[in-house]
Amino acid sequence: MAQPAGACETKPWRSEAAKPFISVRNIVKQFGDFTAVANVDLDIYKGELFCLLGESGCGKSTLLRMLAGFEHPTSGTITIDGENMARVPPDRRPTNMMFQSYALFPHMSVEKNVAYGLLREGLPRAEAYARAGEMLRMVKLEKLARRKPDQLSGGQRQRVALARALVKKPKLLLLDEPLGALDKKLREETQFELIKIQESLGVTFIVVTHDQDEAMTLATRIGVMKDGVIEQIGEPREIYETPNSRFVADFIGSVNLFEGKIDAAAPDLMRIETQDLGAVLLPPQSGLTLGQPVWGAVRPERFALSRAKPETAPNAWHGVVEEMGYIGHMSHYRIRLANGVLIRASQSNRLRDEDPISWDEKVWISVQPSAFRVLTR
Amino acid sequence: MSAGNALTRSAPWRGTAWAMGKLGISGRTLVIAIPMLWLLVFFLAPFFVLGRISLAEAIIARPPYTPLFERGPDGSLQIIASLENYRFLLEDALYRNAYLSSIRIALVSTIFALLIGYPIAYYIARAPEPKRSLLLLMVILPFWTSFLLRVYAWMGFLRSNGVINNTLISLGLIDSPIQMMQTDFAVYIGIVYTYLPFMILPLYANLTKLDGALLEAAADLGASPMVTFFTVTLPLSLPGIVAGSMLVFIPAIGEYVIPALLGGPDTLMIGRVLWDEFFGSRDWPVASAVAIVMLFLVVAPIMWLQSVQNRREEG
Repeated sequence: MAQPAGACETKPWRSEAAKPFISVRNIVKQFGDFTAVANVDLDIYKGELFCLLGESGCGKSTLLRMLAGFEHPTSGTITIDGENMARVPPDRRPTNMMFQSYALFPHMSVEKNVAYGLLREGLPRAEAYARAGEMLRMVKLEKLARRKPDQLSGGQRQRVALARALVKKPKLLLLDEPLGALDKKLREETQFELIKIQESLGVTFIVVTHDQDEAMTLATRIGVMKDGVIEQIGEPREIYETPNSRFVADFIGSVNLFEGKIDAAAPDLMRIETQDLGAVLLPPQSGLTLGQPVWGAVRPERFALSRAKPETAPNAWHGVVEEMGYIGHMSHYRIRLANGVLIRASQSNRLRDEDPISWDEKVWISVQPSAFRVLTR
Repeated sequence: MSAGNALTRSAPWRGTAWAMGKLGISGRTLVIAIPMLWLLVFFLAPFFVLGRISLAEAIIARPPYTPLFERGPDGSLQIIASLENYRFLLEDALYRNAYLSSIRIALVSTIFALLIGYPIAYYIARAPEPKRSLLLLMVILPFWTSFLLRVYAWMGFLRSNGVINNTLISLGLIDSPIQMMQTDFAVYIGIVYTYLPFMILPLYANLTKLDGALLEAAADLGASPMVTFFTVTLPLSLPGIVAGSMLVFIPAIGEYVIPALLGGPDTLMIGRVLWDEFFGSRDWPVASAVAIVMLFLVVAPIMWLQSVQNRREEG
């Protein structure tokens, strides 16, 4: 991938010399026989907004709770800003957490909730409340300072939780499904607000989420977790465009997978013999051997649909539109090839009055070689 | 839903509902009416009888008090009622002392029950599931033995030649037995022991609802476990503390059996005074007045607490 000049300043993980701010080494967490986190290594840099993405039970929350100090790792080390966290209890860590349930103290007003952490630091009352007030202004809740949490809406409560976690200016803010309880519209608005706050304060964020759209929108980098293991770490674009496994390819967005074998590897073009599509041509990829079993992965939007046979495309097949879903900005198609294989394709609807390909039409479906990604696992 | 519909559609039900509807009684009214009627017959009516007796005068007759209505010499109907008994209660230091002493004993017992019961309730609420049920069972288990028997058992422990004194003497810690029976100390032990489950159960019910995430949030914001307890756990368990304290304080204030069995001649409690007035002096009117005053002494703080709690919830 081409690196623009100066990218290392905003994207320190691209530089070999950059020193990680948080470093997790060989972390294992077992609950009895169950291994929640299995040997995870993770480096996070200052000012990052890192997303841990995975389905429920993949160990992402356990990892977050170990960073906060609520769980003790079975083995491995966690270092935050050069300090080993092994013997540091949660109340002494330079981290703060925003809980999934928000965990606002129901018997305290909004203002008291936010000032709570500052008072524990031994700050004088007047100063603590002044800073809490400042924080509440930032999340636009200054008018509700005297309310109790149960007199707030879900979105307001979420902002109180954020203010309470941020007011101590932690080195690291841990957010457990921060937007999970909000409805879709509010969630989308809040995503950008969260990024803005993160950028203006410069605090390092680690966000746990199961929502891939949320991770893609928020993150500087994403760590995709499965069964206690981080499958892939990368920028959103890397994760989407160059997934390293079938799991990641399928988990982020949707994908068509075709099982096959490396058939020929010419220096300019490689060929995979697949069962479903026959021979597929794609650009050469290093590290593959002849006859190796692989999977070819194509995102649905990379397919081109046409009524006439495309002239130049090296990979083209003929099929029938079996299903079509119009969702406004896009249309999703399921196309049945002559050999019975079903392909998912989608087209963006750019023109208002084009004549869209519809049900039961015979279509040509083609894809550029570079749109294929070869996966070995 | 379907079962409910089947029931409400059945002929006898509809017939009953129709008949009651004619009388202006809905199902809801009926459901509320039954407990209301129970309270009316078994609480409010006796209360008024008591109130009426407390306004009468003791006489040697059957019943041993003057009637409320009497024909005057001119044949007119007269109501005989006086607050003489209440004035008597106010003037006689015995009653005042008995009330104060009862309140003191009940209050001290409640505080001790709270101090002992809170950690137990907290521990049970935090215990993992199979253990938790076992611990709860152990709290309730003493109720399967007669209350009287358990108080008698304490006599065996506290006597001069009882278990505690014998053990201490055989260990060489003391030379002569400590007088524990027939002291206020024995009464405190008896009350705290007997009413401890009434403190533990509401506290447990409250503490078990406490969201663990709140404790983690407090720790995350820099509160030590001790600070977390006093700023989060304790204030949130206040309703449980109030409920448990009521359940101990109210029966303790009128307790008769425990001071009678474990207490000495100096242990002055209103339950005992009441017994003496009623059965010893056969002065029903004064005994009734004693009971009525005690009722107000107990009800007043409850109403006050209730209003405080309501205001807290609104504010």
